[in-house]
Amino acid sequence: MKVLVTVKEVAEVEEDFELDGLHVAEQFLEYDLNEWDEYAVEEAVQLAEEDDDVEVVSVTIGPERSEETIRMALAKGVDRAIRVWDDALEDVDLLDVGAKTRLLSAVVEAEEPDFVLTGVQANDDSFGATGVSLASAIDFEWAAVVNDLELEGDVANVRRELEGGVEELTEVDLPAVLSIQTGINEPRYASLRGIRQAQSKEIKPMSLSDLGLDASAVESDLELTDMYEPETESDAVYFEGDAGEQAAELATVLREKGVGAQ
Amino acid sequence: MSDVLAITEHRRGELRDVSFELVTAGSDLASQSGGDLHLAVIGGDVDAFAEELALDGVDTIHTVAEGDEFNHDVYVQAVTALYEELDPTYVLMGNTVNGLDYAPAVAEQLDLPLVTDAVGLENEGALTVTREMYASKVESTVEVDAGTAAVTIRPGEWDVTEAAGEPAVEAFDVEIDDSRVRSRVTGFEEVGSGDVDIADADVLVSVGRGIEEEENIELVQELADALDATLSSSRPIVDNGWLPKDRQVGQSGKVVTPKVYLAIGISGAVQHVAGMKGAENIIAINTDPDAPIFDIADYGIVGDLFDVVPELIEQFE
Ligand SMILES: Cc1cc2nc3c(=O)[nH]c(=O)nc-3n(C[C@H](O)[C@H](O)[C@H](O)COP(=O)(O)OP(=O)(O)OC[C@H]3O[C@@H](n4cnc5c(N)ncnc54)[C@H](O)[C@@H]3O)c2cc1C
Ligand SMILES: Nc1ncnc2c1ncn2[C@@H]1O[C@H](COP(=O)(O)O)[C@@H](O)[C@H]1O
Repeated sequence: MKVLVTVKEVAEVEEDFELDGLHVAEQFLEYDLNEWDEYAVEEAVQLAEEDDDVEVVSVTIGPERSEETIRMALAKGVDRAIRVWDDALEDVDLLDVGAKTRLLSAVVEAEEPDFVLTGVQANDDSFGATGVSLASAIDFEWAAVVNDLELEGDVANVRRELEGGVEELTEVDLPAVLSIQTGINEPRYASLRGIRQAQSKEIKPMSLSDLGLDASAVESDLELTDMYEPETESDAVYFEGDAGEQAAELATVLREKGVGAQ
Repeated sequence: MSDVLAITEHRRGELRDVSFELVTAGSDLASQSGGDLHLAVIGGDVDAFAEELALDGVDTIHTVAEGDEFNHDVYVQAVTALYEELDPTYVLMGNTVNGLDYAPAVAEQLDLPLVTDAVGLENEGALTVTREMYASKVESTVEVDAGTAAVTIRPGEWDVTEAAGEPAVEAFDVEIDDSRVRSRVTGFEEVGSGDVDIADADVLVSVGRGIEEEENIELVQELADALDATLSSSRPIVDNGWLPKDRQVGQSGKVVTPKVYLAIGISGAVQHVAGMKGAENIIAINTDPDAPIFDIADYGIVGDLFDVVPELIEQFE
């Protein structure tokens, strides 16, 4: 069985930052593997550990810089990686779900996985949509926001985490795409041995033409037109001073509310 | 003129709040261009739901009596069939857990551009959607250049109307292709609760990822003890296994309305806020003055929890 796991390098914005047009200025960004994808990678690697016949391939759409992040997934047990990038992607402000779906569909066509795992959402632009959109495009079944997974023959028994502490139990016919929720497992730390081995694992670059696509695949009907820091809606009373003074003022307010007084 | 088709949601016999918010968002959007708002109700007691949804601004309610509960394969087939019948300009859905499970497939099958988690919608010639990025630190606007779009709206962002209306209610027949229903919902389970019910607590000391290490949980436990409060947390703390699941506040955890909610090292992500915005007094301690938690806080301390919390404990000893 071949498991394809989609992984994204996401940017986190530092506390103090500046915007540069339609982007956060580069020096205020820190890159890391998307939190949800860490859990998807772990789930895939656990499947491979249970069954010798499972190959785990990761795919990312991202610039060369993202290889550092991808390497971490390889160190945790992913067998090999694909990185899709192209000059045509350099100038895209917002890679929308449709474009990502077209690129990832082409990868699925080339790799023919039995099973695809994605994260629920990417923590930077948070579309929360790529997995289900991909499933629809490649005619796989799917389930979103999965926090438990058991494979049983041609069926995946999953739990979908709904709102308010309710879980939905669902049988999903394979082949399928599952979007993985945090907490489904305990992502491992990469071992030193894993990190060493990852150095010799393949990260295969693929361009649009390698995928049989042209620049129209990343054209989008969505245009990012503005980006700004939202004005604070805060009307909180702030306690100033050093930590001791802040704590003393807060303690007064808490006591007024009857906290800790008995 | 832009017609809007909005898809409502229900669970276990009840319409979900987002359905009513979709009425507001949908009728605002439709009326900006003199179009109609069509609502779809799929599955469950569709007639009873239609009665509840007979609100001001709704022109037509289409009922699709297929199944009791949400099934994404059925929803996708029903929505695409309705779209083809009604030819609306925009399809609106909720950015809920079920929205995440069918809206992208609807967009993909209808070849519509998809914008998710909208917090604002404006239709002046072209549709402009406001959404948040980078954990709410940045807001952006996205313009849709196609004539049509699928959009999901963030729950809790639109007011609801109680003003009654007189929409037409029409049963819509879809021929569901069973060979394309390849998933089956077999049941629901409530996540078990332990001996502590955070929803009952008057005072919650709630801890987030700012606590950094498992061993530091002791510090906030100490504060909770000093304040005679109960300890709760944001999701990552539970995901890490540092506190049990029944301590999680938020969309997928518990909704709490204590008298005092002390958020320590919690950023205030929308899914967290969904579970605690009803607290009477919200107090936030966070190093980041722009953390979204301060937007809903009544009292704030911009500071390092490792400095402030020990001082606070001392105040109560
Ligand atoms: C479908 C879905 C459901 C979800 N359900 C929930 C849910 O039910 N509940 C929930 O909480 N989340 C939920 N989430 C996750 C949510 O999106 C956030 O990821 C999560 O709430 C972040 O938790 P946090 O605030 O503890 O961590 P972060 O967002 O990482 O914030 C940590 C905060 O600590 C501050 N900080 C750091 N160091 C210090 C210090 N020394 N002193 C003071 N402050 C410090 C930082 O400035 C930051 O604001 C859900 C997500 C999805 C997609
Ligand atoms: N650029 C990308 N490359 C690879 N996978 C991605 C990319 N963007 C999104 N994904 C996958 O899709 C999931 C959901 O992302 P999104 O729909 O963008 O919120 C992520 O958790 C990833 O697994």
